[in-house]
This record gives sequence, C-alpha cells and structure tokens, in this order.
Amino acid sequence: MQRHVVAKAAELPVGARKLVHVGGRDIVVLNVKGELFALSDKCPHKGGSLSRGKLTGAVSSREPGSYTYARPGEILRCPWHGWEFDVRTGKSVCDPRRMRLFCYAVSREAGTKLVEGPYTAELFAVTLEDDYVVVETQ
Amino acid sequence: MMLDVATQPADADGTARGQVPARLKIIDGDVHPALCSLSDLRPFMSADWWECLATYGTRRRHGMNFEPYPKSAPRACRRDAWPQDGGVPGSSLELIRKQYLEAYGIEFAILGPLGVTGHGELNCGLAAALACATNDWQRQAFSRPEPRLKSAIVVPYEDGAASAREIERCANDPAFAQVFMLTRSSEPAGNQRYWPIYEAAMRHALPVGLHVFGAGGHPYTGTGWPSYYIEESCGHSTSCQTAVTSLVIEGVFERFPRLKVVIIEGGFAWLPALCWRLDKLYDRMRREVPHLKRRPSEYIREHVWVTSQPMEEPKDHRHLLDVIEWIGWDRLLFASDYPHWDFDDPLRAFPASVPRERYRQILSTNARAVYRLN
Repeated sequence: MQRHVVAKAAELPVGARKLVHVGGRDIVVLNVKGELFALSDKCPHKGGSLSRGKLTGAVSSREPGSYTYARPGEILRCPWHGWEFDVRTGKSVCDPRRMRLFCYAVSREAGTKLVEGPYTAELFAVTLEDDYVVVETQ
Repeated sequence: MMLDVATQPADADGTARGQVPARLKIIDGDVHPALCSLSDLRPFMSADWWECLATYGTRRRHGMNFEPYPKSAPRACRRDAWPQDGGVPGSSLELIRKQYLEAYGIEFAILGPLGVTGHGELNCGLAAALACATNDWQRQAFSRPEPRLKSAIVVPYEDGAASAREIERCANDPAFAQVFMLTRSSEPAGNQRYWPIYEAAMRHALPVGLHVFGAGGHPYTGTGWPSYYIEESCGHSTSCQTAVTSLVIEGVFERFPRLKVVIIEGGFAWLPALCWRLDKLYDRMRREVPHLKRRPSEYIREHVWVTSQPMEEPKDHRHLLDVIEWIGWDRLLFASDYPHWDFDDPLRAFPASVPRERYRQILSTNARAVYRLN
C-alpha cells in the first residue's frame, strides 16, 4: 500500500473537488457535505474525466408517474455521455456489476501525525499546524 | 507503507491524457462551431439584413427556437468543453485546438454549424443572408486561422435557387469541404425543390452532408412530439431513413450520377435493414418508379456514406462488426460530434476487435475519398 498526500485539507472545503495524479493513476477527490471520496477519474465507458462531471442525486421510481429523489450530491455524472456513479461504492447506476469506478481510501490527517513515523523523510512542506488529505493506493 | 506527495497535477481541462498509440491519421466528419452571440455574424451581413434580424428576429417553421426543448446538458455540450474565459463550447478556437485537435492529433475536422444559420427560416431573404454570413464567419473564425478545420457551405435549403447561388459563391474556396443541410427539411430530401443543391454540389465535386435536426416544421417523430429526450434521440434515425429513401426513390442518384451524400449523426445500424426493405418493395413495385434503373441498395451503396457517431453499442461487439460489414467498410466515416455531450473519442469509440486496416479506413481513408480536403 502506498499513501499519498494529495492536498491540504483547506484546499478541499465542502463542495470542492480536485483531480490528482498519484501512483500512475488519475484520481478525483471530492468533498461531499464534509465527507471525502476518492474515485478513479476515467469513465469506464469512453474515458471522460469524472472530475468535470456534475454531482447529482439518485432518482428512482416505483411506477410510471412516481419519482423519488434521494441522496443529493452523492451521484457523479460523467461530463460526456452521462453515465452515473455512486460516490460511496463507485458502482454505476445503470450497470453496477460491470461498469464501476475504483474507490480509494481517503482520509483527513493532521500534519502532526504525518511528520511522525518512518516516512517523514519522504515529505515536502508538511507542517505540524495543517491538516492534509491522504489517498491510499495499492 | 510509503508516503509520497502529489506534485504533478493531472490535466484539469479534460484534455486527453496519455499518448496516442501508434498514430493513425484521423479525419472527423462532425465538429460543431458555435457563435458566442448572434452579433458574431454582424460583420458578415449587410446593414439592412442585420437591422432586420436585430429588429424582428428569426421566423422559424417551428415557430420556436432551433431547439424547442432543453437537452441533458447545457447547450447539449460536454461539461468540460466550456471555455474558462467565457463564451460557449465550440466558440473558442484555442480550446478546440487544445482539447480536441491537438489532444487527439486530428488531421482534418469537417465543421457543421447549427443554430441560427438560416435553416428553417421562413423569410427567404433573411435565410440566404444568414447562410452567407455563417459561411463567411466559419471561414474567417476557424478555417483561415486553422486549416485543419474545414468549413461547410451552409445553404438556405428550402430555397433551391438561392442555395445553388451560395454554393457557387463558396465552392472555389478550398476552405469549404462539403455542402450542409439538415435531415428534417420541410419536405423529404429527394423532393425536386432541393435538386438545384444537388446539381451544384455534384458539379463542384462536393459531398452533401445531411445532418440530423432541422427546423422544417416537423416534430421529432413521424407521429408527433414525444415526451422524452430519449425518444427525440431515437427519432433522428427515422428522419435519416426518410431522407435516404426519398433521395433514392425520387431518382436523385439517377439524375445526379456523381452525387455523394453523407448522413451525419443518425447512427447507422438501421441502414442494412432499410436496404433490405427497399429492395423487397422495389422488386414488387418497380412499375411505380420506372425512373429507377437499379435496386435501391445499389444506389445507396454507391452514393451514401454514414458517420459513426452516435453509434449503436450492442453488448456483443461482433454484432456491430456484422452491421458494418453489411453497410460496407468503405462507407463509414468517423465523427466525434465535438463539443456535444455525446462526443465520441476516436481512440475509444470502436471496439478493439475492429481490424487495424478497417480502423484506418473508418478514421481517415474513407473520408479522403468523400471530402475535398486539399
């Protein structure tokens, strides 16, 4: 496992997103209502960049004429052909088994924690005072 | 466990990442330039027509805008195609270059202007003035500074004589690669009112591009206005079938034996079935159309090309290959529809099972035989 510091926490306030390139991968990091999510950025359909997609909600229907709108902001829609993905699972709404984004573990960590331990030397300007967003890749 | 720091931001403007593998040449049959505002046309209109337009606006056969309903994305465009410094998708030559032409190594892209271009305009004089202004604007804003972008001769097609004059005016300029009409014209495309267009196009060896949409006064389906955008999108292929059928049955290809027609943005899987149906009916009813000397499928095979986007995507890729086989590998032209939301990436649009030589045909060889690109 590899851990990557991808942003200062202050760079990703609620509603913000950032496209990062770490470990050979393009990953979109999103702050949805205070929760962080990290997903592979390339749409598995035709390759659109999810970082430019719209966050929307889950629309469902029990029968024609009845609609339910739920989980606003938790569905990421590709800016090209409109494929929709659940930010919590990476699974697509239409074809969840075959079409999915990879989900990465992402967390907010204090600079004090990051400068401790065996990897201090790897770091750049991580300071004790700030919080950081850390993404894990395999 | 290791910890590292992201120092290289990925492209934030949605440009293609990574290298184009073993470069194949790419010619794109459908890219849409856009006006930032109507006043972009002003320098290309007489004071008289500009004042008319500014005072009275356009009078479409629809009685509405070019597009009566909203799409699934603003302006039906990729959300990553909006220029950061303002304007609309397709209006910034700089972004078209960076996000599309250079990112994919496009050799040529054929423009197809939509919107206020005189299509469906009821005031014939204004329709002609708008088509003329659209053509001069394309050339000035896109083809002159960027020769990879080829302009289309937009014609006010409901007026055959004015259309032929516009073709005459533009045809000798190599900036123009095709004549441009829409499929939902006020009458089916083979009607004699449109023949002056085909005569002029053939004389100048220019293909006639028939792009879906049109403000000809007709709904999206043959049975009225549908409730959903999905239905509207399916309706395009039926409008293409009407156009192709009409061109064949009216005898357009008999009359204009070197005419080339490109059907743009209507998909293509419907074409083999249409040929089978037309041939069957022709065998039984040829007395009705004695002006036809060959079976309909033969005219289609010789005169009609189809662009790829938005292509049908069957679960089993072999089915798509079968369909292309039935149409003819030399008949299919790659198109991206940039900057619209249903954009096709030339490197990912086709299944990997398409043989490389076939892929080369679709991406560029076929287009070279159709368009005037020198």
